[in-house]
Amino acid sequence: MNADISEIQTFDHDVVVIGAGGAGLRAAIECSAQGLNTGMICKSLLGKAHTVMAEGGVAASLGHTDQRDNWKVHFRDTIRGGKFLNQWRMAELHAQHAADRVRELEEWGAVFDRTPDGYINQRPFGGHRYPRLAHTGDRTGLEIIRTLQDYGIHQGIHVHQECTGLKLLKDSGRISGVLGYWRDTGRFVLFRTKAVIMSTGGAGKIWRVTSNSWEYTGDGIEMAYSAGAELIDMEFAQFHPTGMIWPISVRGILVTEGVRGEGGVLLNSENERFMFNYTPDRFKEETADSPEEAQRWLDGDASARRPPELLTRDVVAKSIMKEVEAGRGSPHGGAYLDIASRRDGEYIKRKLPSMYHQFKELAEVDITKERMEVGPTLHYMMGGIAVDGDTQMTAVPGLFACGECTGGMHGANRLGGNSLSDLLVFGWLAGKGAKDYVGQLSRPLQIVPEHIEEARREAVAPLNIEGGENPYLLHEELQNIMNDVNIVRTADGLKRAIESLQKLKPRVANIYAAGSSQYNPGWNQALSMRPMVMVAEAVARAALIREESRGAHTRLDFEGEREEWGNINVMMCQNADGSMDIRKVQRDVPPDHLAEIAYANLEDLEGGLHV
Amino acid sequence: MSEYTFRIWRGDSASGEFVDYQTEVDDGMVVLDVLHRIQAEQAGDMALRWNCKAGKCGSCGMEVNGKPKLACMTRMNTYLEEDVITVQPLKTFPVIKDLVCDVSWNYDQNLKIRPFKPGPADSDGRYRMSQKDVDRVQEFRKCIECYLCQDVCHVLRDHKRTDVFVGPRFMIRAASLDMHPLDVEDRIPDIRDELGSGYCNITRCCTDVCPENISITDNAIIPLKERVADRYYDPIIWLNNKVSGLFQNGSKT
Repeated sequence: MNADISEIQTFDHDVVVIGAGGAGLRAAIECSAQGLNTGMICKSLLGKAHTVMAEGGVAASLGHTDQRDNWKVHFRDTIRGGKFLNQWRMAELHAQHAADRVRELEEWGAVFDRTPDGYINQRPFGGHRYPRLAHTGDRTGLEIIRTLQDYGIHQGIHVHQECTGLKLLKDSGRISGVLGYWRDTGRFVLFRTKAVIMSTGGAGKIWRVTSNSWEYTGDGIEMAYSAGAELIDMEFAQFHPTGMIWPISVRGILVTEGVRGEGGVLLNSENERFMFNYTPDRFKEETADSPEEAQRWLDGDASARRPPELLTRDVVAKSIMKEVEAGRGSPHGGAYLDIASRRDGEYIKRKLPSMYHQFKELAEVDITKERMEVGPTLHYMMGGIAVDGDTQMTAVPGLFACGECTGGMHGANRLGGNSLSDLLVFGWLAGKGAKDYVGQLSRPLQIVPEHIEEARREAVAPLNIEGGENPYLLHEELQNIMNDVNIVRTADGLKRAIESLQKLKPRVANIYAAGSSQYNPGWNQALSMRPMVMVAEAVARAALIREESRGAHTRLDFEGEREEWGNINVMMCQNADGSMDIRKVQRDVPPDHLAEIAYANLEDLEGGLHV
Repeated sequence: MSEYTFRIWRGDSASGEFVDYQTEVDDGMVVLDVLHRIQAEQAGDMALRWNCKAGKCGSCGMEVNGKPKLACMTRMNTYLEEDVITVQPLKTFPVIKDLVCDVSWNYDQNLKIRPFKPGPADSDGRYRMSQKDVDRVQEFRKCIECYLCQDVCHVLRDHKRTDVFVGPRFMIRAASLDMHPLDVEDRIPDIRDELGSGYCNITRCCTDVCPENISITDNAIIPLKERVADRYYDPIIWLNNKVSGLFQNGSKT
């Protein structure tokens, strides 16, 4: 093989961050602060990543609206929301450091909404014991990504925009580079680097109804998996209970949980506030059992319990589905979300301006006067690349990961607001981890030209297979297959999906993208099919093996949580022959100090410090 | 369902032409949905930028029937079936391909603005700001960087003075820092000299096209112009500066 790589444009960095959402930006800022020559590549323009879509807020126990809050209560809420499947150390670090990371954003220029005495205001959200979400109206993600972007551009980070990563390159097992291509020219580009931080987000695009944009095709998860990293708990995919459902073209667009945080209620076609019928036993003690009590909570009565609309997302999403199944759904197969009768118009416009705008423009619904129609939409993947909780390093030396593309932090279900805090805390830690790793490298790393040649050949293939498959239509077929790996699952459906995915693979290898490689969305789509199919298979296989219902994973043939599965993580990696290895792994026993918090009474934690 | 004709600009920096596409349009669709349908069924390599499809990321700015719009927020029921719908890239920036243009100039402008510089925190290490004081800044921070305002700005679009004026987007960015209650940086000389505040002649075209309804001209650009005028052109302040300047010079010698 004649593998000449000298003509490929090449950049040299100490670390390359792949993905420029909140996690990637925070990681790059830390790398740069640690003195590393930092490159960052992103598929879109800087500042457009999915973090802009985060609406409700960032969870951190600042204690500004309820002084009883502290990191231990946040930790307890997170573990209980995750159905005790979270990685203990990650949940601990997350709860401990979230508040500092939020305050740091304020020092970098973020402008959060204020309390009457001038501090960062916090709003209630599902599964959080106290009002805990620092927010900027309902566009908190935009505030955070813009703050990181505007701070980051002055920190000496080399940003390579509209550049897609294709393959991680290794030198005897260690990361030594990344091969990518520029979207505008289609030309290949090589990054020689000592470490890579993966921060590419999830893979929502494998499902039809999703709040995710075109970027969320799982490429980071696939690149890491192909390079030898392990994946954890891929079966847990979060369906946000409230997506828009009408008109059809907006189906899936997110309606922030902040609507319920601000007092919005869910109603069925009989005008019944049905969530009172669905409170799980585990949360009964902490949840209001009547509309009267829920109203007192909204009015600020500290002794009243939270309304059931603020139960965790897995519970609310399934409750809406059950109402629809029972024939009490809204006209387009969802539920009504009503804020109009709960708050005055001016308040709604001030606290939920994007929601007001979004419904007015896209659905011709005035949410200050009318009810919204909502239903579940795929929003987030709890599963992902397995990392060490302290350093964020994967099983591959030199490969780190943070943000949504990782797994473990959120267990079986993520609490709203815990993603923005996750990406800040673990972006920061990944930067530190990369610095420590790069610092102890003792020899120069090599690039193996043959590895590049192989990847290049594979990448250009779709441009040359005339008469091959249409990438857009194949994507639709994948989404159809995933209807069997949806919010509720059965063994039969999952087996059918796995079988269909096997049949899809050779067709994916036979995709044809018309045109040249220059800014060609068809070709880009073709290249994202392999990662999407790989992630789809991982989700389906993990879902098949977990024979219980827990958090976001619901098996109609295995109802309820099974005790024996409470101690099991599902781990995956790639076998030498390219097949998928899947294992049930016994979880570590939690350290005493964390177990004590997780199982503590709230009163013990609220008093504070003796635990 | 009804059938529409879309006339879309196809080409690159060297050459291009408008190409007609007939396509079905369903109820509730926005322009971006139609472009995606054309892409999937008739023009697989048609380049366009988009991300959130909910008016929050500002990626899909383009000119629809000559007006700068976010394709994801432009509903098809605002057009008549018998009309041809013309779609082309933002005119102010160089075309890369089809509906995608090179907006990197904007990223260079942002670098000209001195970053946020907070004053000291309170004794407890925290910052206090009243909601009333941050309301004004939050309006500017709603900006999604779609660059529609840059596209219609006469200074940039018609007079091509990208060398002297940063455009409305970066005037509101400067305003969001200059009016930030915690910020202590002095940006007034830069706003005049580097950002080119004097070039804006207040036609309010930018405000008209802002999808976030930010009062760019009235709430950001005009107040910045006033701050510049106060510093450099107010006769009393001017005299005061001169006198104190003389005094300082005197004390130095």
